[in-house]
Amino acid sequence: MTGPSSGEAVAKPASSGLAWLLDHRVLLSIAVLAVLPWLLPSKALAVNVLIYGVVVMGYNLLFGYTGLLSFGQAAFFGSGAYFTGIAIGRYGVPWFAAVPIAVLLSTCLAAAIGIVSTRTRGIYFSMVTLALAQLVYYVALQAASFTGGENGLRGFTVDRINLFGLQVNFLDPINKYYVLMAFAALAMWFQSRILNSPFGAVIEAVRENEQRARACGYDVERSKLVVFMLSGAISSLGGCMLALHLSIVPLDILHYQTSGMIVMMVLLGGARSFFGPFVGAASFLILEDVISLWTPHWQIFVGAIFVLFVLFLPKGIWGTLLDALDSGKARR
Amino acid sequence: MPRSGSTPKITRRTALAGLSASAALLAMPRLGRAADETIRIGFPTPLTGPFAAEARDQVKCAELAVKLVNDKGGIAGRKVELLVRDDKLNAGEAATRTLELIEKDKVHAVVGALSSAVQLAVNEVTRARGVIYVSISQSDTINEAKDFSKYTFHEALNPHMTTSAVARQTLKKGMKVAHLVADYAYGHEMLRGFKRAQAAIGADNVGEILHPFGAADYSTFMPRLMSMRPDVLCISNFGRDQANAIKQAVDFGVKQQMKIVVPVILHNQRLAVGPDVFEGVVGGANYYWGLETQSKSASSFNTAFKAANGGAIPTDYGAYGYSGVGSLLAAMQAAGGTDTDKVVDALEKLQYDLTKGPQHYRKCDHQSVQSVLVLESKKKSAMAGENDLFAILANDAGSDDMLRSCSELGHAT
Amino acid sequence: MDLSLIIMQLLSGIALGAVLVITALGLTIVFGMLGVVNFAHGALFMIGAYAGLYLASLTGSFWWGLLLAPILIGAFGMLIEFVLIRRLYGRSIDDPLLLTFGLSYILVEGVRIVFGSDGIPFPTPPQLIGVLDLGIGFFPRYRLFVIMLVAVVLLVLWLTLEKTRVGLIVRAGARDPTIMQVLGVDIGRVWLAIFGLGVGLAALGGVLAGPMRSVNPEMGSLVLAEAFVVTVIGGLGSIVGAVVAGLMVGISISMVALFAPEMATIVMFALMAVVLLIRPQGLFGVRGRTA
Repeated sequence: MTGPSSGEAVAKPASSGLAWLLDHRVLLSIAVLAVLPWLLPSKALAVNVLIYGVVVMGYNLLFGYTGLLSFGQAAFFGSGAYFTGIAIGRYGVPWFAAVPIAVLLSTCLAAAIGIVSTRTRGIYFSMVTLALAQLVYYVALQAASFTGGENGLRGFTVDRINLFGLQVNFLDPINKYYVLMAFAALAMWFQSRILNSPFGAVIEAVRENEQRARACGYDVERSKLVVFMLSGAISSLGGCMLALHLSIVPLDILHYQTSGMIVMMVLLGGARSFFGPFVGAASFLILEDVISLWTPHWQIFVGAIFVLFVLFLPKGIWGTLLDALDSGKARR
Repeated sequence: MPRSGSTPKITRRTALAGLSASAALLAMPRLGRAADETIRIGFPTPLTGPFAAEARDQVKCAELAVKLVNDKGGIAGRKVELLVRDDKLNAGEAATRTLELIEKDKVHAVVGALSSAVQLAVNEVTRARGVIYVSISQSDTINEAKDFSKYTFHEALNPHMTTSAVARQTLKKGMKVAHLVADYAYGHEMLRGFKRAQAAIGADNVGEILHPFGAADYSTFMPRLMSMRPDVLCISNFGRDQANAIKQAVDFGVKQQMKIVVPVILHNQRLAVGPDVFEGVVGGANYYWGLETQSKSASSFNTAFKAANGGAIPTDYGAYGYSGVGSLLAAMQAAGGTDTDKVVDALEKLQYDLTKGPQHYRKCDHQSVQSVLVLESKKKSAMAGENDLFAILANDAGSDDMLRSCSELGHAT
Repeated sequence: MDLSLIIMQLLSGIALGAVLVITALGLTIVFGMLGVVNFAHGALFMIGAYAGLYLASLTGSFWWGLLLAPILIGAFGMLIEFVLIRRLYGRSIDDPLLLTFGLSYILVEGVRIVFGSDGIPFPTPPQLIGVLDLGIGFFPRYRLFVIMLVAVVLLVLWLTLEKTRVGLIVRAGARDPTIMQVLGVDIGRVWLAIFGLGVGLAALGGVLAGPMRSVNPEMGSLVLAEAFVVTVIGGLGSIVGAVVAGLMVGISISMVALFAPEMATIVMFALMAVVLLIRPQGLFGVRGRTA
């Protein structure tokens, strides 16, 4: 979408256009998101792309950049949503304060789950995160007086918000979209900062070769835990956005199928690419939207497409596109 | 957030360009259908997932209700259109679809939902935006003041109504009663209903076991249930949980010792599990096609449904789809259009009889007051045909006494 | 709380654990030998139940269904290995996991298309209907049969792996596939057979669970989570671990059901968390194997 046209004119060797793109990835991503509501069939879908984009982006930090395949990201998506809803509905916290509180509490949850799960390695890690996230699911189901249990959390509708003295109708889909987009922008800026920091290099080193990273003197265990928490924090922000958007929190948000969907999205879009998560979220949601209007058996197509991606396009849509651009430039 | 100050301006400018483009692109199939004229009813229902069969019945019946109105020339000259959406039995999905129905499709009202969570999610979205919602999911929660709004109507039965009707038919003074209950809101609602009814009748409670919601195995509860030696076992759960629990209770020989009773007995669930397991189980229902021998409304509903669906019979949840949409359309007819306040008024005053006898929405909580059936699952050898599933033990006429009082639900009276 | 009730409860727990053991065993064998985590294991469990039911109604006997379904679905599993999974050896360890995850969507939806989404009745075989008087209480005959059958299957499996030439090749192949190839063993065929065995065990679990639960397209997703917990507690790749952990989980659920029934599902996750804190590689897992 943003690709080729903006990359011209710079007189640097090889893939300079791409480099320019990468340097301004946050701004470019925001630009794309800003026009999204006008490109998609409905505003509700556009908001979902934002929300899942942020959740998957957080997950990408863990899976794409650090190489840790977690099957429990739903726990943080869900906790962000629940903590936001509970803070607003039960304790009367204003919405702008509820969001940071929810992210903070979710980061603590991520620390707890991370301490147990990052002790394990490889496939074990996937299973342990899956099981611990299911534990969170059951706790939310049982603690019905706080969470609403199976009925879901309700009673915290935010209908008007005050933006620097300006009263905004938050039920209006466009207003809602741009307010939530500000959150997404914040998350992207944060993620970009992490990746550009020395810590970003450390987690890539852990992914490439854990032993070597350890030999270089990096504290691999601590790095994994920190990245697990950061990833949980960013994904939980997506949860906060969902709570504000739907004004309910469904229990299913914590189910492991949500985690599975997050994994599918990141692979579809392209793990280890900055904008891939948004591409993945958008393509998954549009696919589901389009096919489920046409047949109730949409899952068979989603499953098949996913299998084909694993077999033939492991870098996902965006990752493959970037590669193609890169090699194109390099040849020139 | 430095951007937010300039947001409105961007919005308006891009809105113009974007709107015209997307409107041209997306409204294409609608052209020529005079979009302003039609009355659009949103209908979220779980077309995918474990209740897909119920959902398909709901859609067929809702479409039938719409067709009957359109055949008579519509409402105030306007045609009615039903917009069916798959809620996937997921509250988040349902809320998203409802938002789309309201924001993009500009529906005039929403009818539907099957699960309690979905109904509450749809209700949260519709009431915040002042859109009428007629729920056809069985739950007590939506009647309570906390989730209620003037736009919220509840066409389905609730556990309080079904449990008391079932208890009246099955419990006697001095009987010993045990409960197996799904540990979530809906399960607790059913338990509360049964316990009230049994206290009024004078039956003794010998024990309650809460089981985790969605459990696949119930064998671990059976030895303890049997050691309580009750006369009646009330199983307060729903759908798959109910099927599994009854099946495993039968495996353990529970039926030789005691009678099994459930708040709601489902047509399709009985088909999925088979006659031997369900034999002799008693439960409540809003509708059963066999009612046609007792009720003229049921007979004409069956006839209309059979004509439209190749001779198939309507099921319990299907009937909800019919009466939910039917009552709303009748109210719109009376209000002469879709003006929300007028339709709400008309719904509150409406007396309707669509499937089984007179019904009306109670003023304080908009609960539909209606008759409750008590059914007993037939023995395989006693079935006259593949659809002859139940015997009707009772048909309690609707009255306000069946419901929890307005003040108990927290409504100002 | 009298003793006979506790014994009955223990027996229910063992019956519950027996199905868990069979299912987890398939998962753990495939991982131990191939390093593949099969996310479609739950879906194949479900398909096993459907296949058993279909074959039983076709032949008119539950026993044919019980015998043929695992073989047929096992062969289907070999097809999956041959067509799909084989392409992924040598790539990241995550790839087979992701592939089978997508596959599970296809399988579940496929069953919905063929058999409907409602679920269908799976009658208990007539010889095993009813309860047996154990003196201290009544226990369903079918569940006793499941306990015994699982015991027999475990014995056969153990003897095959430990005492036969085939078992020797399999065990050696798990330890060092390259050496095996050098020695002239067609390791591809071994992997094919092992994957088929794992899937066959999932199908067997499905057929056995059929008469106890309602058979529906979603029955596998719950089982998958349980099987994962069992393998993690027992130690991934460890057969003994799967057996011990399966029974442990079954009995814990059953005992908790006696005192705090609403906690019955949470208990297995709590058990897993405790085990992991003490032994991250599981009870019988080997440290470092899982990297």
